[in-house]
Amino acid sequence: MITAILIMAGGGLLLGAVLGWASVRYRVQEDPLVEKIDAILPQTQCGQCGFPGCKPYAEAIAKGEADINRCPPGGEDGVKRLAELLGVDPKPLDEGLEHKPKAVAVIDENLCIGCTLCIQACPVDAIVGAAKQMHVIIADQCTGCELCLPPCPVECIHMEVIREDISRWKWRYPVIPLHPVRQA
Amino acid sequence: MRKLYPFPGGVHPPEHKSESNGRPIAQAPLLPRYVVPLRQHIGNPAKPVVKVGDRVLKGQMIGQPDGYVSTAVHAPTSGRVVAVAPQPVPHPSGIADLAIAIEADGEDRAIEYQPLLDWRSMDPSTLRNRIRDLGLAGLGGAVFPSYIKLNPKAAARIPTLILNGAECEPWITCDDRLMRERPHDILRGIAVMQALLHAEEVLVGIEDNKPEAMAAMQAAAEHCGFPLEVVAVPTQYPAGGGKQLTYLLTGKETPSGALSTDIGVQVFNIGTAYSLYRAIEFGEPVISRVVTVTGHVAEPQNIEVRIGTPIADLIRLAGGELAGASGRLIGGPMMGFDLRDDAAPVTKSVNCVIVKNPILFPPPPPPMPCIRCGECARACPALLQPFELYWYAKARDFGKAQGYQLFDCIECGCCSYVCPSHIPLVDYFRYGKSEIWAREREMQAAEQARKRHEFHLFREEREKQEKADKLAAKAAERLKQGAAAPATADPEAERKKAILQAAIERAQKAKANIQPRNVDNVPPDVQHEIAEIEARRARLREAAHAQDEDKA
Repeated sequence: MITAILIMAGGGLLLGAVLGWASVRYRVQEDPLVEKIDAILPQTQCGQCGFPGCKPYAEAIAKGEADINRCPPGGEDGVKRLAELLGVDPKPLDEGLEHKPKAVAVIDENLCIGCTLCIQACPVDAIVGAAKQMHVIIADQCTGCELCLPPCPVECIHMEVIREDISRWKWRYPVIPLHPVRQA
Repeated sequence: MRKLYPFPGGVHPPEHKSESNGRPIAQAPLLPRYVVPLRQHIGNPAKPVVKVGDRVLKGQMIGQPDGYVSTAVHAPTSGRVVAVAPQPVPHPSGIADLAIAIEADGEDRAIEYQPLLDWRSMDPSTLRNRIRDLGLAGLGGAVFPSYIKLNPKAAARIPTLILNGAECEPWITCDDRLMRERPHDILRGIAVMQALLHAEEVLVGIEDNKPEAMAAMQAAAEHCGFPLEVVAVPTQYPAGGGKQLTYLLTGKETPSGALSTDIGVQVFNIGTAYSLYRAIEFGEPVISRVVTVTGHVAEPQNIEVRIGTPIADLIRLAGGELAGASGRLIGGPMMGFDLRDDAAPVTKSVNCVIVKNPILFPPPPPPMPCIRCGECARACPALLQPFELYWYAKARDFGKAQGYQLFDCIECGCCSYVCPSHIPLVDYFRYGKSEIWAREREMQAAEQARKRHEFHLFREEREKQEKADKLAAKAAERLKQGAAAPATADPEAERKKAILQAAIERAQKAKANIQPRNVDNVPPDVQHEIAEIEARRARLREAAHAQDEDKA
């Protein structure tokens, strides 16, 4: 009897020790929640959510200080994915925020006076130029955040919606045409 | 007899080859206008190197390769460039794409071609670059730049070269006619491929519904000078799929996500071998190809046309559409797509134009719900489960669809063909694939934006720090000087102060001496105005003084 108890207890201790050692030795550095949320956000850095960039918004969501439906560039799809990650119900975008088609900023070269204000405003350094030199936007790097529009003193920047071309074209969701049933 | 390895799945659609394979390949006459798209191959579109108004000669490069996966495009005839602008192209989207329109001058004058007859002694990399500049791309439909496929990587040996003459799609007969009529030329193209890849065996796979092509190729193969085997493969769609033909001939299965080169096999189309022959023998770039025009036209046949021939003209060359035509199909009925605009030109990828009518191509019956009968899985040559893929693609659950190996789908259309519920399965798979690609692109862009934003923040912080450091250094300097000054540089400072004082006094004196100008001989009303202003100034000065005294 005592031997049996000792064997079982000894086995338990041994296995427990092995498990304890393994949990320390093979600990997986799991992604913190903020990183996961940040990975879903579109990284436009537009600040429409009321935070100065995507990372601060992600931090606020993680702390429970901000709602998940405040990111218009992410759109409904983004809200859905955030809801999935956080285990809450998805909801429509917050009032006053609307999802716009993706656009890039374009500088009118005839009007630009080279004031560098937009360069300072761009969150992803996608504007090239220097004082009293014409500025130009690197379209590939532009996130379409519109942060360069307000500082421009001559209103020479406008947004251009990205038009669909063959390289970006997507097959449509198959739609089955309905034929009206003729009444007898 | 070679042992064949039948691939799984596949279907036997009606062949419809006899409509167009009876006539010899016709030569198209010179047309007044050609439109050459710059995106004719997989990868980056070519960069235009001509502008509107330029005169070009036949065979002149008008679009140069841009980047690694790219190839050149050439003027199909001599004439004038009349447009470098988005124009209709043969693409399922119907979106216009950048193309160069050329108005023929009727002379059809060519640039001086430089044949590569000494290709055997040429440096392989130079030869490949020439092949790239001659615009060679796979003419079977995928239009992958050939020069890349002809480059055996140092590690990967390619012992087997397969020439795809299966032509498994119904209706299409352009490779069939090419093999019947020009087998020797094709073999000379194959010889270049074999030498560049150092292939030990060369297999030509031809479906057994093309006995004439078989015979012609076999007869030519007897004198070709390198080991080549012409193999008849059973007629079963899609035997012409690259992976299917590879398995059929060698028994080697291409792993998921891998290329055929990973298992030591390279596959080329017969038409590509022929254009390679033209490039080597005459130095001629890819400016023409054989296209099957069939279906509801007066004279279904194969026509050798210049790249850039508007499809409307091509159909006219085949006797024109018959009454009751209901549309045009580019490619075969299994994998092709509807042409939106017949102003779109023939490109390197266009191997067949089928004019539809409602009897040959009845509108698809309305789809019914999936009953999970498994017919599609039995027909799938890639061993997928299309009904599961359909389920997830329809629900937009792309992660799951990828889990079911969506990207192994070759879009052959067998599943849609056998589906008893008439579900357009391939449409769902194409939709799923392009959504996943778009998402991947977005993710990459977001990742880049995140990195750039992080650097932006870092830079701002660094600049702030640098500024603060500079100010602190300056302040420290001043403090040091201030502490040191009274002791050492006293007389010097006194002298400077005195000079400053003198300067200030001088300025004040000069100010007092200034007399108002143009105040003599002014009309009384102006004089009155001046007086008023003077009075106001005096008042203001007094007020300012009073304020100063208050403060004091």
